[in-house]
Amino acid sequence: MNLWRKLACAVLAGVLCASAAANWLAPAGYARQYREAANAPPSRAHWLGTDEIGRDRFARVLYGTRISLLLAPAAALLSTLMAALIGGLAGYLGGLWARMATAVTDLFLSLPWLFLLITARALMPLNVSPLFSVTVTFLLLGLLGWTTAARVLCATAGSLRSADFVRQARAAGVSGQRLFWIHVLPNLRPVLYAQFWISIPVFILSEANLGILGLGVAEPLPSWGSLLKELEGLVSVGDEPWKFVPLILLVAVVMSFQFLLSGQDQVTA
Amino acid sequence: MRSVMRVRRVCRRAIAVTLLCLGSLTGRAVAQGGGELRFCLRMEPKTFDPLKVEDEASAAIRYLTGGVLVRVNRQTQKLEPELAQSWKVSKDGRMITFRLRSGIYFSDGMSFSAQDVAYTVQQLMDPALHSATGDAFRSGTGNVETKVISPTQISITFPAPVAGLDRLFDQVAILSEHSPRKEMAVLGPFMLADYKPGASVLLQRNPNYWKTDEQGRKLPYLDSIRLDIQANRDVELLRLKRGELDLINSLDSEYFDKLEAASPQLVHDAGPSLDSEQLWFNEVAKAPIPAYKKNWFRSATFRRAISEAINREDLSRVVYHGHAQPALGPFSPANKFWFNSKLKPQAYSPDAALKSLQSDGFRLENGVLKDKDGNEVVFSIITNAGSKTRERMAVLIQDDLQKIGIHVNVVTLDFPSLIERMAQTFDYEAIILGLTNVDLDPNGEMNVWLSSSENHQWNPQQKAPETSWEAEIDRLMRVQASSTDLKQRKQAFDRVQEIVVEEEPFIFLINKNALSAVSTTVHGGAPVILSPQTFWNAERLTVSR
Repeated sequence: MNLWRKLACAVLAGVLCASAAANWLAPAGYARQYREAANAPPSRAHWLGTDEIGRDRFARVLYGTRISLLLAPAAALLSTLMAALIGGLAGYLGGLWARMATAVTDLFLSLPWLFLLITARALMPLNVSPLFSVTVTFLLLGLLGWTTAARVLCATAGSLRSADFVRQARAAGVSGQRLFWIHVLPNLRPVLYAQFWISIPVFILSEANLGILGLGVAEPLPSWGSLLKELEGLVSVGDEPWKFVPLILLVAVVMSFQFLLSGQDQVTA
Repeated sequence: MRSVMRVRRVCRRAIAVTLLCLGSLTGRAVAQGGGELRFCLRMEPKTFDPLKVEDEASAAIRYLTGGVLVRVNRQTQKLEPELAQSWKVSKDGRMITFRLRSGIYFSDGMSFSAQDVAYTVQQLMDPALHSATGDAFRSGTGNVETKVISPTQISITFPAPVAGLDRLFDQVAILSEHSPRKEMAVLGPFMLADYKPGASVLLQRNPNYWKTDEQGRKLPYLDSIRLDIQANRDVELLRLKRGELDLINSLDSEYFDKLEAASPQLVHDAGPSLDSEQLWFNEVAKAPIPAYKKNWFRSATFRRAISEAINREDLSRVVYHGHAQPALGPFSPANKFWFNSKLKPQAYSPDAALKSLQSDGFRLENGVLKDKDGNEVVFSIITNAGSKTRERMAVLIQDDLQKIGIHVNVVTLDFPSLIERMAQTFDYEAIILGLTNVDLDPNGEMNVWLSSSENHQWNPQQKAPETSWEAEIDRLMRVQASSTDLKQRKQAFDRVQEIVVEEEPFIFLINKNALSAVSTTVHGGAPVILSPQTFWNAERLTVSR
């Protein structure tokens, strides 16, 4: 494990531990409004100051990290599993299945997802809890984010289908289902891992984008997306650098995932 | 023979040069030395035809270029003569007679007469034009008749009385009947000189503008106005700071404070504007929401309790940084004549709100409010995504109502989805939105207060008023709309305001202040609350760089 990977692990571990200890580190919670101290700069009472309506920014960053780091991997897992199911199977079966999977993937890739996500969010029932709302947002991201990974897996499974060891197994009389589970799937695993790790920062950023549009997590629950909304106005953040903390955290986490991923690639190469 | 031809050639050249000089003098405005005023339009103007104006950018250009018969003074809010020296509205409110100024010319040199006014009115009232400005004059079925009495006198007769008839002409820019340049021939202080779609609009001073100042100097002072089309407010503010712009007509409170901290001399808070922000509940009988929730929303006690539990002072102080005032009712105190001064501020009292809810059968159990059938009081408030102030207000209200055991879910939707739920499917529970009032007269809000109207948002398009108080509002609005007696109109609308405050179909939250920024290079600026806040007196502004 090289230095960068160790550093990435340390950053991720630190962030995860801090967010897990949010109840202890920020006992007042993310929703409490200190209206007399709205938009306050950092102080002993509020380490990262307060937001526009007086909520403690440090507490919101911790709880927002918890939300984003819990749900983004869940969405990544869902999308990777779907990619494995659709892309992996189609690539292994080949022929018409592969062509159909490619056509469906192309169709999904050509759709304007941002608008569809906005529409899907608009069609949701209104009286749902913020936690349900954020779960649905990530679920949608997971359900819609499998296409690129499916293409990669379809191509990899297709090349495995004509690999020598698969031919030999087939010649030895191994059935199709057994061949897939015993011989093909284990060889797809490194690609699946890679796709999973890639998807996590993608979903974090997608939720952040939806949050900037006001369509991510419902108030008062924080997420990185809703915290990044504070940075919308260039003019409003120029002399308040502490507002950049969620952005710095997001960049650090995404970069850490990337370093871990590049290490994974080296291991699997 | 040769010398004769040479003389003729020289004469021809001399005539040509003279004509060229004359042409340049008549075709271009002579510089007044007032400089060039620069500011931004936040969207592309949709039209330069003053009769078809619907958007803010086109309205700004119409204000600067259009000559009107009468003008509402944006500072005093009183009607003043412009192209009309005087006017008289008939007792039945159907006819208005104007006496026009003489010796006035359009920007292209065509003379102005009563015939042009008749032509403009006929164009305006043509149903095929679908003019929003014209719609304000439509009080009944039938044609509008214009009678040119003399070149300087005209009477216009409407099929039914039009309340506040004379003030409506503030929006009617007079067109030339005979000019080949059509709407490009104007009577206002400026004329359109150049338009680069997506980039800018250049207005130059109208050399034929009729007004002079007290010293007899021709108006406007400015040589030109450059309007850059710029939607990004950050860029607009940075350009003002860099001196590339001279004014910002409307500022958000957040930007106002930032600018005030850096350059206090630039910002202007003109006080409460006419605009309001309000919350309302869905009272539509066929709305796809549970019956028990409809019962809550249709109860005046419930609505009043919610209103009482909202801390409006905090909305003003926290969300608008103090640049807003708690709303007292449908009209802002900024509307000097029509505001009902007897209205008192709504006291913030969660305890009183809870008591009145308990008197209506609600009960608080373990911090959760339940109705008499045991249903937990939970509802959603929707507002448009991207409006920071409305989102923040919704979160403050969510917190306020939590104190009396009411759980609120805040949902932000893209604007088209919100409008669909509000006006078509009625699939919502409560909404926070705003009303932008451009008209001082309550007639401009007929489409809000009449129960049959589409914009009667809490329960639109009622075949017959569903409540006695809505029936009373309908009656009073019709009284004020059909009367020409200002006192009677005021009494009727005062009562409307009282009923609205008593019944709270709209829970009025705040009136935003009119915030603007004017560079120190601009002289003569006096920002006001009425639109256009900063350049209402553009003809008397000067810029020195």
